Amino acid sequence: MQTSHRKLLAKLVAMAVAMFLFAVFVLPPLYDLFCEITGIGGKTDGKYEAVDVRVDTSRQVEVQFVATNNAEMPWEFYPMEYSVVVHPGESRAVNFFAHNTTGEDMIAQAIPNVLPNNAADYFHKTACFCFDSQPLAAGDQAELGLVFIIDPDLPHSVNTVTLSYTLFDITDRSELSVSQIQ
Amino acid sequence: MAHGPATLADGWVKYASRWLFTTNHKDIGTLYLWFSFAMFILGGSFAMVIRAELFQPGMQLIKPEFFNQMTTMHGLVMVFGAIMPAFVGLANWLIPMMIGAPDMALPRMNNLSFWILPFAFAILVATLFMEGGGPNFGWTFYAPLSTTYAPDTVNYFIFGVHIMGASSIMGSINIIATVMNMRAPGMTYMKMPMFVWTWLITAFLLVAVMPVLAGAVTMMLMDINFGTSFFDAAGGGDPVLFQHIFWFFGHPEVYIIILPAFGVVSQIIPTFSRKPLFGYSSMVYATASIAFMSFIVWAHHMFTVGMPIAGELYFMYATMLIAVPTGVKVFNWITTMYKGSLTFETPMLFSIAFVILFTFGGFTGLMLSIAAADIQYHDTYFVVAHFHYVMVAGAVFSGTAAVYYWLPKWCGKMYDETMGKVQFWIAFIGFNITFMPQHFLGLAGMPRRYADYGLQFADWNMVSSIGAFMYGAAQILFLFNVVRTITHGKPVDKPEVWEGAEGLEWTVPTPAPYHTFEKPPQVK
Repeated sequence: MQTSHRKLLAKLVAMAVAMFLFAVFVLPPLYDLFCEITGIGGKTDGKYEAVDVRVDTSRQVEVQFVATNNAEMPWEFYPMEYSVVVHPGESRAVNFFAHNTTGEDMIAQAIPNVLPNNAADYFHKTACFCFDSQPLAAGDQAELGLVFIIDPDLPHSVNTVTLSYTLFDITDRSELSVSQIQ
Repeated sequence: MAHGPATLADGWVKYASRWLFTTNHKDIGTLYLWFSFAMFILGGSFAMVIRAELFQPGMQLIKPEFFNQMTTMHGLVMVFGAIMPAFVGLANWLIPMMIGAPDMALPRMNNLSFWILPFAFAILVATLFMEGGGPNFGWTFYAPLSTTYAPDTVNYFIFGVHIMGASSIMGSINIIATVMNMRAPGMTYMKMPMFVWTWLITAFLLVAVMPVLAGAVTMMLMDINFGTSFFDAAGGGDPVLFQHIFWFFGHPEVYIIILPAFGVVSQIIPTFSRKPLFGYSSMVYATASIAFMSFIVWAHHMFTVGMPIAGELYFMYATMLIAVPTGVKVFNWITTMYKGSLTFETPMLFSIAFVILFTFGGFTGLMLSIAAADIQYHDTYFVVAHFHYVMVAGAVFSGTAAVYYWLPKWCGKMYDETMGKVQFWIAFIGFNITFMPQHFLGLAGMPRRYADYGLQFADWNMVSSIGAFMYGAAQILFLFNVVRTITHGKPVDKPEVWEGAEGLEWTVPTPAPYHTFEKPPQVK
């Protein structure tokens, strides 16, 4: 093979390999980062350490809760209060009810989503059942806790925030059994 | 095989080994073209099944599960099996002859890139006969339809896509190396025929985005078999990410399909107008800018996923901007014809139909690019009609034109002009009867990819099916005409088959000898 062909071939193969690596290793993290910055997809942040802020009693924000089961998830799953009204900066605890209606031990994972998108960055969770997978033995039920704070910097255009949880069955993909997690 | 190709007279073994082990660009071009035609008939028969089922409302012939497999396989086979290999075949045949090179730069890789293709499609088509059926998630294979809810055969599908991706990448590397390193003395970049230019740019697009497709299916494979969660929300992934990655490949892919078609038409229209191509350099720049812009507009395929308004506006305006270089090309073709000594042989008829119908498809594309309107059009038959106007009346018409145009050069025999024209009119009318009503169906709200539809859509669906059978029949006539030309065609012996044809490929004898330009020509 001619040297000129070989050089070009090496460059083009390198380009193809680079694009493959770009697709698998760069695009997904880039997408996550992009969503985090813009709040697209309503992804909320992880555990929040409460800081001392003044409670803004001049404002009220309604927080609505939605609970959905993904695909064939058979559990009973709903918020115990469907909506609460809070002041920004105020810490509030609410509970979700979960009931494993099947005859088998199962593990679930709740995935949160906040609407509107520009509220996602201002919805802080100091404690949430969505941080961990939730095991329930056959027929068991539980109250799953959530403690949240609405950031006082929440844009003034936002008066209602909707927090939605989708419950996924992750029994098959979990490496631990229900009793091990409990 | 320096002493010429083995023929059937040399015995079956020698004849078969010639095709299996060939490194000759003309042989490989022929293989690609016949393979793509076989895939075109296969994908077309899937389309016939779809249109037969949709002839009347209600379930008639097949089960909905099988209908889904038919729509998916029709798309996959037509895009990856018929259109792309057809243009690679044309590139193999023509690029060395157009730039005065003796062969492709990497002939053995050329052999490999063709011969893995039949395996890829054998694997893909075999899934139809397996338990659980073939891929049924649409040719765009969105996760989680293609991961969590896919039939088990999805792994074969992934393997097939990997092989065809590898084939495309090797083919395009070969084309780039040939064009950049093997031009005859004096053949500068700005003297290259438009077909060579469009293929050079297409090849770069392929090298850039086929690996992204390979990445997408690899991530699917990992999600399905190895417990990762790239596209699975339960594990922290995001199904919308799949759509972004797919269309980051998918949008350049549609230009990969159409740019060589632009090239073909830019060769044919000047010949039958007996004028040089108008605005050659603006054609080159327009092609390059279309290629560049194809990378920055992908999310217009997914306006309904819930993007911020700024994103929708950006993708909307960027998409509309592509109409500018495309418009430059359309005006150049029309201006080439203006005041030309036009004659209307079959290749010219197909090329003019290409310009008209492609422009029509471009306009419906502009309608779809309006984010607010797209919410209504999304996933309806309007989209189906739009992309068939650009894929079929665009790519397939131009491929047909190319076969008629260069067939006399390839086999030294003239096709039957009357039969060609009859085929053109059946195809042209059949095509429009098939797809024009689908615009109306889509605007009225008929969703795509369903085996059944509401009664209000019945009339236009029947019309559309009749047109589809007509269009299908035209392809049988096409096959017959090509085979008859090869066996019974009137011999042509002058190098310049067409009166107004320009270019190095018309300086070699007709039929083109097995080896051409062993001594490079001097281009002035």
